[in-house]
Formats: sequence, structure tokens, C-alpha cells
Amino acid sequence: MRSKQKKIYVRRGFNLNLQGEANRISVNLPKSKTFAIKPPDFFTINPKLLVKEGSLVKIGSPLFFSKINPRISFSSPVSGKVTKINRGYKRKILEIIINADNKESYLEFQTYNHESIEDKEIIELLLKSGSWPFIKQRPYGIIASPEDSPKSIFISTFSTSPLAVDYDFILKNNKNDFQIGIDILNRLTNGSVYLAIDDSFNGFFNDIRNVEKVFVNGPHPAGNTSIHIHNVDPINISEKVWTVNPEDVVNIGIFFKTGKFSPKRTIALAGSSVKKPQYYKTIIGSSISNLLDHSEVNYKNNNRYISGDILSGITVGPDNYMSYYNNSLIIIPEGNKYRFMGWLPFVNNYIPSMYKTSLSWLFMRKKFIVNTNLNGEERAFVVTGEMEKVFPMDIFPMQLIKACLYKDVERMEALGIYEVIPEDFGLIDYGSTSKIEAQKIIREGIELMIKEVG
Amino acid sequence: MIFLRNLVDRIRKPFEVGQKFEKFAPAVNAFDTLLFVPNHTTKSGAHIRDAVDLKRTMVTVIIALLPALFYGIYNTGFQHYIQLGEKFSFLDAFIHGTWKIVPMIIVSYVVGLTIEFGFAIYRGHEVNEGYLVTGLLIPMIMPVDIPLWMVALSVAFAVFIAKEAFGGTGMNILNPALTARAFAFFAYPTYMSGNKVWVSEASNIDSISGETILGSLAAGNEINYSFSEMFNGSIPGSIAETSTFWIIIGGLILIFTGVGSWRIIIGGLIGASITAILFNFWGINELMSFSWINHLAVGGFAFGIIFMATDPVSAAQTYSGKWIYGILVGVFCILIRVFNPAYPEGVMLAILLMNVFAPTIDHYIVEKNIKKRKKRWQLSNLKNS
Repeated sequence: MRSKQKKIYVRRGFNLNLQGEANRISVNLPKSKTFAIKPPDFFTINPKLLVKEGSLVKIGSPLFFSKINPRISFSSPVSGKVTKINRGYKRKILEIIINADNKESYLEFQTYNHESIEDKEIIELLLKSGSWPFIKQRPYGIIASPEDSPKSIFISTFSTSPLAVDYDFILKNNKNDFQIGIDILNRLTNGSVYLAIDDSFNGFFNDIRNVEKVFVNGPHPAGNTSIHIHNVDPINISEKVWTVNPEDVVNIGIFFKTGKFSPKRTIALAGSSVKKPQYYKTIIGSSISNLLDHSEVNYKNNNRYISGDILSGITVGPDNYMSYYNNSLIIIPEGNKYRFMGWLPFVNNYIPSMYKTSLSWLFMRKKFIVNTNLNGEERAFVVTGEMEKVFPMDIFPMQLIKACLYKDVERMEALGIYEVIPEDFGLIDYGSTSKIEAQKIIREGIELMIKEVG
Repeated sequence: MIFLRNLVDRIRKPFEVGQKFEKFAPAVNAFDTLLFVPNHTTKSGAHIRDAVDLKRTMVTVIIALLPALFYGIYNTGFQHYIQLGEKFSFLDAFIHGTWKIVPMIIVSYVVGLTIEFGFAIYRGHEVNEGYLVTGLLIPMIMPVDIPLWMVALSVAFAVFIAKEAFGGTGMNILNPALTARAFAFFAYPTYMSGNKVWVSEASNIDSISGETILGSLAAGNEINYSFSEMFNGSIPGSIAETSTFWIIIGGLILIFTGVGSWRIIIGGLIGASITAILFNFWGINELMSFSWINHLAVGGFAFGIIFMATDPVSAAQTYSGKWIYGILVGVFCILIRVFNPAYPEGVMLAILLMNVFAPTIDHYIVEKNIKKRKKRWQLSNLKNS
């Protein structure tokens, strides 16, 4: 297969320059005592447990499977003992907590010589080892269904979101594993595997073979996979496109190289409340308290802990566990501050603003310290055109949001709900004058689509 | 500041949830949030938010309105003393204008905000900031000698019928300020046209030439104002619409801050210029042969296209829709001026008309996008089968 080149220029967007970006230093995080897999991380998965409190598990032992598709199972990232299963309202399973032992015993699979294994067998191995959840599908951004045949697979090798992970830095030592992962993914689709690469940066992803490279240029959300799919191979009705995070491509590669389930996660600890922001090598489901024990955080602030992206991640407590897919823990001060007459234009310019009603655009080279203040109150939709400014797709974001609000499935479909995931509306949330919760509305819209259309 | 904050917190106590005056919380919140941006933090979605909010946006519009307002206040006095033929200083004119216009602004805000607060308490939502702009716009587009009770009635009509009947801020079809003016125009025509209403206290003067330029032209009369007078605004007219210069300053503020849509403003300029140029060639009545550049400078066109047509709620909402909307406002403004001598000022009716059609424009723009997507679906179906 020859590598072809495509280019995307993103014009509509906004780069937020925030303090506390992770330095390019990575350390091995000493193994924490407890780990947790959280079924709610998997949007729309209804779990059926395979273990009980007290069960012994190995790395790669299945913990639970999806009731909707029993072939998809979720594996333990460590060997040890299941100590607790935390349940919430209506006995919903929230966390499966595993006490790690000192041994690293694996459940092993026969993956040697993957070139000679049939495609069907590859899918089976991914499913059995618990590596399948690394593969997500569009529409909806949920775990892919092994029965589908995707028309293409997209991997975004860079994130433009503020304080995000630098994949080139964290994966450059795993170039070969990444290549194996790509070769495996090529077996899963009749179409192409696309690799979206930051146009302005020359890293190891440029040397990867057997992919179609898409060079992307522009401000956030240029790194979002939705933008790449939309420009290169847009999703039509009843089509499926799969997406995989770069680190999970490496995990799939390692699995096929060694026959052992690989739950590698490199976490960027970032944000203005972190004294030494840097990268920590660990595995999926590690405890946040362990991460905090081995770093310096400013506890004088009342902090917000965000697992994932600052624009779309989830709030976690310092005693929680990292979410399955997230590879950053961002710590910023909570706001909870009043600002005297702060609504006047051109005052309080220390808060970054996309708009010229503030003077913060004069200081855009500066790194801003941000907090979680809403900076206003929710109001009726008034200002138009501001969503389009940060939404570089041929989709009308406001009309789509309204269609989600009035729950018209047909209209949502026609306006392009298949091509977006909530994360694409992160900047719309951020810049909304009326403080509209766009991501929440889109997520509820997608839930409705899954229920009504499937 | 902490002292002030504590004081506000103390005053708020009886209005909090579960307390005696809980129902009136929106009214207290409106004053509280005017003093302090609240301390609310993000609960879902993006964890950090922009500094912008609706108050900031609306206040930016008010700042953009101020140059035109101050000139309007001065011009009120200027026109008054010129017609009296008395000697006067800049300060005299300004004081006279202030004396006339400030009461109108107060009436507009008091009546409008009372209704807004009432609805907020009744519906249990926060008071929206939209009226801060509407309330200033309404007196700015009225003739100076309109009685205060008419201002009050127009405001009440606009807020009740044009806004709250549709669900409040963000839901209205028509621009509320223009609705107020249209109400006054059709309900009290004698106070809204002719040669006596545009100059302060003109009814006390016997011989007066206080007709607006468009009014004179519609009546087939010659005018004796130069272009620079029209552009600077030392002409009779509604309070703040006469000075194209100061309105453009406001327009630049709106465009620079991004609060007003430049697409609508430029579209309007293009639409009005081309239409007026075409009529210049035709030229069978006074208004047709009135030079196109003068058309842009006189009357409410500049004020309308910059401050009224750009109201995001009643304008078209898509980018291409805004272009079409702006151009059509310009076209209809000149058309109405030229063909209907009963309404020499076309911009008010042009904008109201386009307000009604804005959702239709958007509908076709959005449908085009949908059709494009569906066509792509069909093509991929063909390819796959």
C-alpha cells in the first residue's frame, strides 16, 4: 500500500493558552495498591459481571461483558483480587476495585505471527483479551461492534485541546508497536486506515507505513477526529467509521507482539495547581491518590480534578480512579469567586476570552491561569453566529443543538448528528454567551438516537 | 468589596429557596448580578468558561449607542434654538436636549423593566438583559416632541406583544424597539410625522420648517441641506438617527467587538446602494433622483442597519442568511422610500418585514445543507450497492 497525502486547513477555531502544560518529562509511576474499572466510562454499555468480590484475576481476565453484545468483554489491567464492587442507584455498577498483587501474572493468548492469522481470528483475539474496547465507532463515539465492517479507521495523532497530551512524546519509544497496531487495524477494514498528523510538527508518526496520512493545520478543534472524518471520508447514513486513540494502537500492537493484554496509559498531570506538571507512565484504572502522592500539587487552592480534557473531561475526586480512556489529569482551582461589576466590557482581562469585548486577546501569548467560574449565568439563546466561529464542519451547530432539544430524531439525523460527538462542542460550551450546555444537550441527543435508531 | 458582598448576602437572605419571599428572587438576583458576577462554577460540559456573558454583550451595544445618543441630545437643542432664531452655546443646546430626552429614557426603562421583572417573577426565570438595549433604543428612535405617556404606551405594547407574548428574550420574531416605534407611528400618526414633531417645542412656534428631508422629498419639495449636514446630523429627525458619523462610530465598535454582525451591515449597505443607484437612473420622482449617497446618509437607514437589523434574535441566524437578510433590508428600505410617499422612512418597515422573513431565509439555507448531506448519502448508497 502506498502512502498518500491529504491536507486539511482548519480556519474556524480557537487556541487557549493555559498555564500548567505538562513538561516533556516522563517518569514511571510506582504501582498503586488499588485499581478500578468503571463501567460508566463506557457510554451505553450495560455490564454483566463475571467476577465477585474476592475473585482472583490476572491481567487480561475478563471482569464483565456487555449485555447488549456479550462478545465485548472488559479485562482487568492488573493481577490481584477483586475487593469491592461499588454500586449506585438501582444497583448500577459504578466501580470494580481490584487490589493488585506483587506478581504480574497474565492470561496469555496465542498471537504469534499475526500475519498468518485470519481476519476473523484477529477480531476474536481482540475480543477475548479485552482489547476490543480500545476501538470506538462513529456515529456516536461508542465502542465498536465486532459484527460491523467499517469503511475506514481514523487515528488522530495530536490533540489541540488546551493542556492536552503530546502523543509524539509519549509514544516515540513504541514506534514498532504502533506500526504493528496499524497493521492489525488494516486487517479490520476494507477501506483505509487514516492517520491525522499535525502539519506543523515533524515527529515519528510521519514514518508510519500502511496508512493514508492526513496533514492538519489550524487551531483547536483541528485535532478532533470528527473534523478529519468530516473532511476526508464523511459518515453517511448506516455507515460506520472506527476510531482508535494512538496509545491504544500501541496497546493493540503490544498485545499482538507478546500475546499479553496491554493496558498501558501515560497520564499527563497538568493544570495551574500542579507544581511540576509532567507525564506519568502507568496503566488503565490507576488511583488518582497514588498519582497525587508522587507529585506536587498546590493544595492551598480548593481544586477541581478533571479526568480528561479540560473542555470535556469529567470531574473526579482526589480519591477516585482515572477513567478508562482518559490520559490526562488536570488540576485547576475552583472558581467560586464573585467579581465586582465583572460584566463590564474590557475589565477582568486575566480571563481568556474568544471575544473582543475583553482585552485578553492582546495577551494571547501569555499563559492564562483559569478557574471553574461560569463567568455569568445561563440565559436564553440570544447571540447567533458565535458557535459557527469555533465549529469547523459543514454542519449548523446551533440548529443541531435545537433539534436535540426538541428531540426530533429525523431532523437531528438530517442536520448531521452522525458526524459529531459531544467533545466537538467543547469550545461552544466554553464560548457560549448564554452559558448553554451544548455538550450535555448533544450527549442526550446521541442517547436518544441510540434508543430510537440504534 | 467584601463589606458590600456581605451586605448583599444579608439582603438576599429572605429571598433564598425555602424562605418567605422566594418567589421574588429573580428581582433581587437582577440587582445582585448587576453588582457582582455570580460565583457559580461549571457543573457539566467544559470546565472553564469564557469571560463573556449576556450582560457584557448588551452593555457593549449600549456603549456603541452612546455617541449617537449624545449627538442626538445636542441636536435636539440645536434644532430647537435654530428654529427659534435665538443665540445659543453648545452647552445650552446640550442642556435643552438633556431636559427633553432623559425623561423619555427614564420612562422607557421604568415601564419596560417593570414589565420584564413582573414576567421574570411570574415565570420564575432570571431577568434577561435584552431590555437594557431595547429600553435605550426606543427613545432614541422617537420624535423628540412625543408625549411621555405615548412612550410609555409604546414600550408596554412592545414588551407585552412583541416580546413576552412570544416567550421573552430570545424568542421574539420582531425587533421590540422597532415594534414600539411602529406602534406609535400607526396609533398616533399626527405625533409621528409632519413638520412640527421633529423639533423640540416646535408647536409653540408659528413659522417652522422642521420637516425631515425624506418628508420634504416625499411631498415633492426641494431641500436645502448639504451632504455634510446630512452626514454630520444637524438636521431634523428622530432623536438619535440623524448623525451618520456618530452612528458609524458606534457601528465600528459593534463590528470590532463582534457583537454586531458585519455581514448584515455590509449586506445592507450593498443592497441600499445598488437599489438607490438604479433608481437614480430611472429618476421620475424626487426620491428616485435623490443621490444614492444621500440616501445612505439621511433618515434612519444608518441607525437601522447598524443597531436594529443586527439584533441577533430577530435577524437571520446563519452566516449566508445574514448576507441575504442584510441586502434585502437595504433593498426594501429604498423601495419603500421611493414608492410609498405615505411612509417616507422605509427602514423601520423594511427591517420589520425582514424580521418576519428571517426564519424563512434560514430555513432555506439549512435545507440546502440538509439536501447536500442527503445527496451524499444517496451517492454512497449507490456506490455500496
